[in-house]
Amino acid sequence: MNIALLLEMAAEAAPDRVALVCDGRRWTYGDLLDAARGAFELIRQSQVEYVALLDESSEAAVIAVFGAALAGVPYCPLNYRLPDADLAALLGRITPALVIGDEEGIQRLAGEHDHTVFSREEFVLKAQETVPDDDAREYDPGEGIAIQLFTSGTTAAPKAAILRHSNLLGYIFGTVEFGSADEADAALVVVPPYHIAGISALLSSIYSLRKIVMLPSFSPEGWLALVGGEAVTNAFVVPTMLARIIDAMEKGASGEVSSLRAIAYGGGKMPLEVIQKALERFPEAGFTNAYGLTETSSTIALLGPDEHRDALASDDPKVRARLTSLGKPIPTVEIEIRGENGEALPAGEAGEIYVRGEQVSGEYKEKSALDSEGWFPTRDAGFMDEDGYLFLSGRADDVIVRGGENMSPGEIEDVLLTHPAVADACACAIPSVEWGETVGVAIVTREGHALPCETEIKDLVRARLRSSRVPEKVVFVAELPYNEMGKLLRRKVKDVLAG
Amino acid sequence: MKPGTRLKSATCDTEVMVIRCADGTIECGGAPMGEAKPAEPAPLAADFSAGTLMGKRYVDADGKYELLCVKPGKGSLSVDGVALVTKDAKPLPASD
Repeated sequence: MNIALLLEMAAEAAPDRVALVCDGRRWTYGDLLDAARGAFELIRQSQVEYVALLDESSEAAVIAVFGAALAGVPYCPLNYRLPDADLAALLGRITPALVIGDEEGIQRLAGEHDHTVFSREEFVLKAQETVPDDDAREYDPGEGIAIQLFTSGTTAAPKAAILRHSNLLGYIFGTVEFGSADEADAALVVVPPYHIAGISALLSSIYSLRKIVMLPSFSPEGWLALVGGEAVTNAFVVPTMLARIIDAMEKGASGEVSSLRAIAYGGGKMPLEVIQKALERFPEAGFTNAYGLTETSSTIALLGPDEHRDALASDDPKVRARLTSLGKPIPTVEIEIRGENGEALPAGEAGEIYVRGEQVSGEYKEKSALDSEGWFPTRDAGFMDEDGYLFLSGRADDVIVRGGENMSPGEIEDVLLTHPAVADACACAIPSVEWGETVGVAIVTREGHALPCETEIKDLVRARLRSSRVPEKVVFVAELPYNEMGKLLRRKVKDVLAG
Repeated sequence: MKPGTRLKSATCDTEVMVIRCADGTIECGGAPMGEAKPAEPAPLAADFSAGTLMGKRYVDADGKYELLCVKPGKGSLSVDGVALVTKDAKPLPASD
């Protein structure tokens, strides 16, 4: 079954309802389906093996994802913020493709490849001009790959994760009731098109008949203006965006935000301070923490609105701690924590997070990472408490193994952050002749505070944790490297510590 | 018959996508459904005239069949004469 069915059903049930608002232009479900069918023609004519988008979010992203699905060609949105050399390499891995984006730039990056390039405007116009002629068409049955996403590559080179129509439809059918949105509902989508959360937002909004309001390029002021202007009811943000929105509001940025009923976040660790402030700034909104991965077609665990408010109001440290948890697994997936030998671990014990379910692809272009029983090792490390709340401690690859003892960078970082002069901290493994690996930390100091000395930092860790956690090397840096989604690039910190 | 097949009712406007199926006969309004619509509509059986709803999933008790209604109609769905029931999604609290 093809993911284009989601748009076909929306257009069948409500052809004239507004589906998308982008740059002031309004598209109905009928408009989008017609354009997707036009895009199908363009894609078929181009005889390509991929449809790639090297551009910010726009109507072209919606038309391309469904056009590619109808044509049976994987849709592959690329991260336009990557350095040229990385983009050129990715463009070389998807030849021949129909690429939507800046023609000159793509020519410069991948001129030697046989790509068919359209600017955004040209692609949209041509897709609209090509008149749909239902009877003559053979749409793809949707038995193959719908979407190929290159992972962000925080620990290694980007991997080509593939999502089949069945994975994405499994997620949507399992978690969204068709046409369930009110006509006044509007979801603000600001996540870039190459991120799984951006794609699942499109699919679930269309299937629920919830209007999508797109903000192609994030700024706190632009976000606040659209929330007020389009009476936005639902929004998804990454933690860094929420921090910047709250910061702008504290500095006096105005915006009518009373229409907001639901704010979901995910894609990186949410600092406790930010979510506490957000709960105060948006007292009427329900907050949801959504945890998911590219390889799982988006959300697999959630901390819901009531759980946020209960945690904030509670005096019980256990309940309060849930504010930093990922919540509980959604009903349509199973989650297990496993130890090094693959054995399931009991509550409270940290290990690797495994997940299984229809929406879980766990598949890369080169090979599937699923085990024989369909479980996907997420490479995320964490534990589940007695009540079933999932806590993340970092990437499994980030675990520091010192003389056979496993240490999570998170626990060391949490201690470092208690120092008044420490604004940000990153712990990672550095090579050691004696131990194999040992702890190195990079620290950003807070403005207006004296630089703490190395001994002070070591003593702080020694006082709170086992002596094995005491950093062997401490460096002070101006800032830590984050990608645009707010993910800490640990491999870059490792390079600094190794140097 | 296989998953992904689109079936049309012989008695009404109903159309479904097959998500899961076995060897039984899938019916709507009491008559077998097919990939093509018959020239003459079959009569709607009174016992199977409760109607189908757009976007609802219909399943049997054993979990062998699952149909998604992609066009609603007056007939209701059954397999070998046994009525199917609706299966609800488990909506998330607006996570995306």
